[in-house]
Amino acid sequence: MNARAGDSLLWRIYGPRGWMAIAAAAFVLFVIFPVLSLVVSEGSGGHLSAYWITLIGKIMCFAIVAIAMDLIWGYAGILSLGHGLFFALGGYACGMYLMRQIGREGQYQSELPDFMVFLDWKTLPWHWWNSEHFWWAAILVVAVPALLAYVFGYLAFRSRVKGVYFSIITQALTFAAMLLFFRNDTGFGGNNGFTDFKRVLGLPITTPETRMVLFVVTAAALLGTLLLGRFVVTSRFGRVLTAIRDAEARVMFCGYNTLHYKLAIWTLSAALCGIAGALYVPQVGIINPGEMSPANSIEIAIWVAVGGRGTLIGPIIGAGLVNGAKSVFTQAMPEYWLYALGLIFILVTLFLPRGVVGLLSRWRRPSS
Amino acid sequence: MSAASLRSVSGPGAGEATIGHLVTGVMDPSHGVVLYLDGISVSFDGFKALNDLSLAIDVGELRCVIGPNGAGKTTMMDVVTGKTRPDSGMAYFGQTIDLTRLSESAIAQAGIGRKFQKPTIFEHHTVFENFELAMKTDKRVRHTLFARLSSDERDRITDMLKRVRLQDSAQRIAGLLSHGQKQWLEIGMLLMQEPLLLLLDEPVAGMSDDETERTAELFLSLAGKHSLVVVEHDMVFVERIARKVTVLHEGSVLAEGPLDVVRNDERVIEVYLGR
Repeated sequence: MNARAGDSLLWRIYGPRGWMAIAAAAFVLFVIFPVLSLVVSEGSGGHLSAYWITLIGKIMCFAIVAIAMDLIWGYAGILSLGHGLFFALGGYACGMYLMRQIGREGQYQSELPDFMVFLDWKTLPWHWWNSEHFWWAAILVVAVPALLAYVFGYLAFRSRVKGVYFSIITQALTFAAMLLFFRNDTGFGGNNGFTDFKRVLGLPITTPETRMVLFVVTAAALLGTLLLGRFVVTSRFGRVLTAIRDAEARVMFCGYNTLHYKLAIWTLSAALCGIAGALYVPQVGIINPGEMSPANSIEIAIWVAVGGRGTLIGPIIGAGLVNGAKSVFTQAMPEYWLYALGLIFILVTLFLPRGVVGLLSRWRRPSS
Repeated sequence: MSAASLRSVSGPGAGEATIGHLVTGVMDPSHGVVLYLDGISVSFDGFKALNDLSLAIDVGELRCVIGPNGAGKTTMMDVVTGKTRPDSGMAYFGQTIDLTRLSESAIAQAGIGRKFQKPTIFEHHTVFENFELAMKTDKRVRHTLFARLSSDERDRITDMLKRVRLQDSAQRIAGLLSHGQKQWLEIGMLLMQEPLLLLLDEPVAGMSDDETERTAELFLSLAGKHSLVVVEHDMVFVERIARKVTVLHEGSVLAEGPLDVVRNDERVIEVYLGR
């Protein structure tokens, strides 16, 4: 009986083909990539350079954010234009720990991070308490975005702020946070943010081995996020979410307190963004307030729209396509990237309302 | 839902209604009244949608509410279901539940179901899922995350599918149903909630004659076990089901009584036919 119940949860999340695809993805990410990067020697044909490992690792972080965005936008119908904030907060929480890991190897050979020495500070500010511990950073990575989302969400959803008004407030929230983090006196390194990391958990951060560990952890987080997302959207909870998206009044008159539902998925979504941000920072080696810029948050929505809302897999594809295009563009003709992004968004909105995934499923079933 | 669950509460607070005493979850029908509105007024930007409206619905009653456009029928339902808060007046569900202090979801949990004028269903869910979501059960987040349908619950849904004649459409996307089927789906969803009181806003709008007749039969079979308040313009339908009729006009009760008496009331004739 128990085994059967377990089985049916498994098949609820994905069918046999879905699980095969997950297994194949896991094999590529956990076996093929490490072998190509670490075992195949540099200079020989199949070697994967640090550039590619970092780029793919970065895109996987964005894909986690895209899934988080899809849960709240695609399923619950709430468009956030401030998800970059939760991502950045996770990044900063991780960055504080990485700054402490530098120890006395900074330019000024001080126990304090360089920017604090530069500002002539003598002690760590209060909010850096415990920041030398990895476990504390791990807590903050999830707790800070989740707590902020919970409080903000409670106030907004209780007042029944909806639709475009909610989106605008989230945009204002991330903008306000950006201005706050730009200031030197808030203790987050001002507009330079945190950089020049040396170690993570005592390991040198730029060696191929450490990079690969970060890559594999990120891949595991991405697959875990996808499966968690599937668990949520295939549950009755998930059906209530889509019902809220389509007819919130009816959901309330069915006896569901929609405030709790929106708050739950909103907070989960923010926490996932925090984890993605924390994995992003050690791989790219920098976090600064630019991550909180309104444009970044809008871009997240574009990934999801391009891939296909309400599909979970679509946003992963969208994040990959848009960021792939971005890294090509910003090398070839950087000044045109924003125009290209705008064009992609307009074309997708006009011709692919269900995104790339919608297009693929239309090809597979031309009749419908 | 049966008369058995209309528990008559004994003990303190059961005999006399104590104003402001609030019990959620259990409707106390000890005086035979399921819904009690007294002196309800609601105004929007100076327009008095409801003006000192008083109304009492008995347990098991089927009441028809008629009245010209703008008479306040929908606003009355909004007040009862918690969507609109009255400026003044009392609204009680049974003897103890103060409706003016509860949220929409709490009122639905307490046992009031509502059907909207325009069929409001979950268009992207299957018919089966619509019933699953409406079904009376624990509707808190933690439960719905891990909920599985028990075989008993599955049977209840199957029974309801048959009852509203949607058994062949169980796995269809609800948005693809015909208008009349959507109306029946919404009525079925309402019944899945096992409400003590059903508020039905123009339930037969857009239905064929055959569907209307079947709806009338359904409502008549529900009365007694449930209390029903039906707002309807279709006088043929009202004639078919009406026992007691309330006529609303400009936000208050103009006349109340058996249909024949009300129909011959001069003020009612003037409101409907005059001017």
